[in-house]
Amino acid sequence: MDLIWLIPLLPGLGAAINGIAGIRFFGKRVAGLLACTTMAAALLLSLNAFRLLLVLPAGEREFDVQLLTWISAMPLQLSDGSIGTFSIPWGFRLDPLSAMMLLVVTGVGFLIHVYSTAYMHEETDGAYARFFAYLNLFCFFMLMLVLGDNFVVMFVGWEGVGLCSYLLIGYWYEKQSASDAGKKAFIVNRIGDWGFILGIFLVYMTFGTLDFRAVADAAGGLPVEAGGFGVISLITLLLFVGATGKSAQIPLYVWLPDAMEGPTPVSALIHAATMVTAGVYMVGRNAVLFSHAPDVMLIVAVVGVLTALMAATIGLVQNDIKRVLAYSTVSQLGYMFLAMGVGAFAAGAFHLMTHAFFKALLFLGSGAVIHAMAGEQDMRRMGALKKYLPVTFVTMLIGTLAIAGIPPLSGFFSKDEILYRTFLSSRWIWGLAAVTALLTAFYMFRLMSMTFFGAYRGPVWQPGHGHDHAGGGASGHAAWHGPHEAPRAMTITLMALAVGAILAGFVGMPQALYGNNAIERFLEPSFTARHAAAASGEHDSAGGILLAASAQPARDPASEESAQESHDAEGGAAQESHGGEGGHLSQAGEIGLMLLSVAIALVGIGVAYRFYVRAPQIAEQLAARWAGAHRVLSNKYYVDELYGATVVRGTMLSASGLWAFDAKVVDGAVNGSGWLTIFSSWFSHLLDKYLVDGLVNFVGAVLENASFMFRKMQTGLVQNYALVMLFGVFAFVSLYLLSR
Amino acid sequence: MVTMTHYLVLSTALFMIGVIGVLTRRNIIVVFMSIELMLNAVNINLIAFSQHLQNVVGQVFAVFVICVAAAEAAVGLGIILAFYRNKETVNIDEMSLMRW
Repeated sequence: MDLIWLIPLLPGLGAAINGIAGIRFFGKRVAGLLACTTMAAALLLSLNAFRLLLVLPAGEREFDVQLLTWISAMPLQLSDGSIGTFSIPWGFRLDPLSAMMLLVVTGVGFLIHVYSTAYMHEETDGAYARFFAYLNLFCFFMLMLVLGDNFVVMFVGWEGVGLCSYLLIGYWYEKQSASDAGKKAFIVNRIGDWGFILGIFLVYMTFGTLDFRAVADAAGGLPVEAGGFGVISLITLLLFVGATGKSAQIPLYVWLPDAMEGPTPVSALIHAATMVTAGVYMVGRNAVLFSHAPDVMLIVAVVGVLTALMAATIGLVQNDIKRVLAYSTVSQLGYMFLAMGVGAFAAGAFHLMTHAFFKALLFLGSGAVIHAMAGEQDMRRMGALKKYLPVTFVTMLIGTLAIAGIPPLSGFFSKDEILYRTFLSSRWIWGLAAVTALLTAFYMFRLMSMTFFGAYRGPVWQPGHGHDHAGGGASGHAAWHGPHEAPRAMTITLMALAVGAILAGFVGMPQALYGNNAIERFLEPSFTARHAAAASGEHDSAGGILLAASAQPARDPASEESAQESHDAEGGAAQESHGGEGGHLSQAGEIGLMLLSVAIALVGIGVAYRFYVRAPQIAEQLAARWAGAHRVLSNKYYVDELYGATVVRGTMLSASGLWAFDAKVVDGAVNGSGWLTIFSSWFSHLLDKYLVDGLVNFVGAVLENASFMFRKMQTGLVQNYALVMLFGVFAFVSLYLLSR
Repeated sequence: MVTMTHYLVLSTALFMIGVIGVLTRRNIIVVFMSIELMLNAVNINLIAFSQHLQNVVGQVFAVFVICVAAAEAAVGLGIILAFYRNKETVNIDEMSLMRW
């Protein structure tokens, strides 16, 4: 387990080699093999680390490696006026939450690397190596984000994955829309990062440390800010702003659908399975802080459910296969935030994991479809692909059933856990979430129906040549011989992910179904303060902050509740504040809710099947009858236009206003003072030339003229002077003698 | 008996010869020598009065004048030599370069 620092470093090494040497010198085989090998090694190390973590007793599953010192200790003032010690190590921490994320990132990441070796095969050698360098670099930063033991190392990873996201969205940078989408993602993320970094500053100012565990322990000793909006609420709100940017929540979700301009494996890895869940992970990582700020928890839950609902409604009418999946991702991320917001941190993290499997599967399946249709992404030009792409169809069907929440696939368990916990917390939020579940089932089956069922609506192709393109003749890949199944590297990946999408749910089997909800017990230590440490070690762990620890010895809800009942520990704080409906339903009630959500999913599927397979005209009639609503949804509620008209236009207007101010006033002042200088110097020059020089010349001229007669006396002959002297002496001596 | 009058007449005669030499001759060497004559006329005066007044200060003064004359001769001859090298003449009428 000492080697966990190698897990991020290996893909980093691969990225460095591929990025420095690979782009020029490596062929596709070497570049792809190198990238996949580093990921495979990272996966094996992660599995080993996970195994070693599991054999430890539950309370001690935490392992730190501090590799180097990054920022050595320096004094820095805290908000209460005392001086704290600011130091940042390159520290990595393996605990249940990061171990789960580690497996998701390396596992899904490895599969997507393998998939990409086939999917990106039509790129040139250099572009191929560049792609894998970016992909490896992404994994490096993502693993750093996951493993970092303090806010700053996490922030390094956070910014790094943002950078890689930008690079990979704009991978086909010759395409205007792709490079625009990359810039949009980058800039929108900056807004969120602004909140995140302010949150980090405030964490340091308040707690005097940036280590997650120390912050959680210190916060565990503080009272829950139920009555008002205190400093922890502010911290969590700022952190949540960061999370909305990275995880595409209202109001910063607009970049994610556009991010689909990137290659499909990128959409699968970054914009579905891993990077966009970083915000959820960050909220879970600071679960103790969030559970001390019930007001912010409510905000998180509401933002989550509204995002889920809004994205799902937009997803209903999109025709681009990847955009449907993108809105679905936004919607599912909304579910995760909903879970975090109602205090069901483990359920959110569980949904994160299952979502990583089935959404990566769906994206890669859509990649296979796009590959089969030679780049076509519009579902109106597909249909009946079931018989051409059997493997893709089956695996995507599994993914769709999983996301729709059909038992016993993974999505059912995680989504149902979220719905159940939401039901306990707030009825109306649960209502919205249930509607979203209906919409999810509907639009996913709409996608399946339009793609795989019905009649073929795509372009025609020359029949009879369907199988000889693999022979690589002169026509080679250039000619399209109709939809065909993807190469083996892609189908194997799909099958592996399908297995994951089926099985991943069983680790979170709820108690109502006689499971033991292993994932929740496993993750729980990551979401709670170590109460022993929080109670006794408050003074040293919290650094210089005055916690007034003696004033509230027992107001530590997390520790209280986890002592009572581990099952409900992390939800306690939120549930109390959400109207006191906490507690349990009976087992029958819980099962009833499950049946209800399954029924909802089945209704959604059935309606979609009826609209898009049995009677396609119904969908068109509905679209015609509700033309206004359809237009609003097709245009994504005009949010992009709204942002364009307000934020972007406002920025542009104020920029051009400032530019005009600069050009007219500032430059005018500079130029004016320049003109003033020129004028005054011209005036001074005239004065100099005619007055001062005139006076000097006048004096000279007067003296010259006056001295004209006298200079004749200066003959220059010594003897003349001597003669004059002689006469002078004579004269004076004579005068002297005569006057005596 | 050589009286005071004899000395004074001799020195006056020498001095006048020197003055006339300075004023009339064109060769600067000769002018220079005339200046020496004038100095020595003064020396005779100084010594004569020294003996007459039985005061040794006059003789000391004469020795001083001889020293100064020697120094003056050295500097003056140096200037003349330098001038001759430039102009190849010692005519005093040519020495009017510092004129206006």
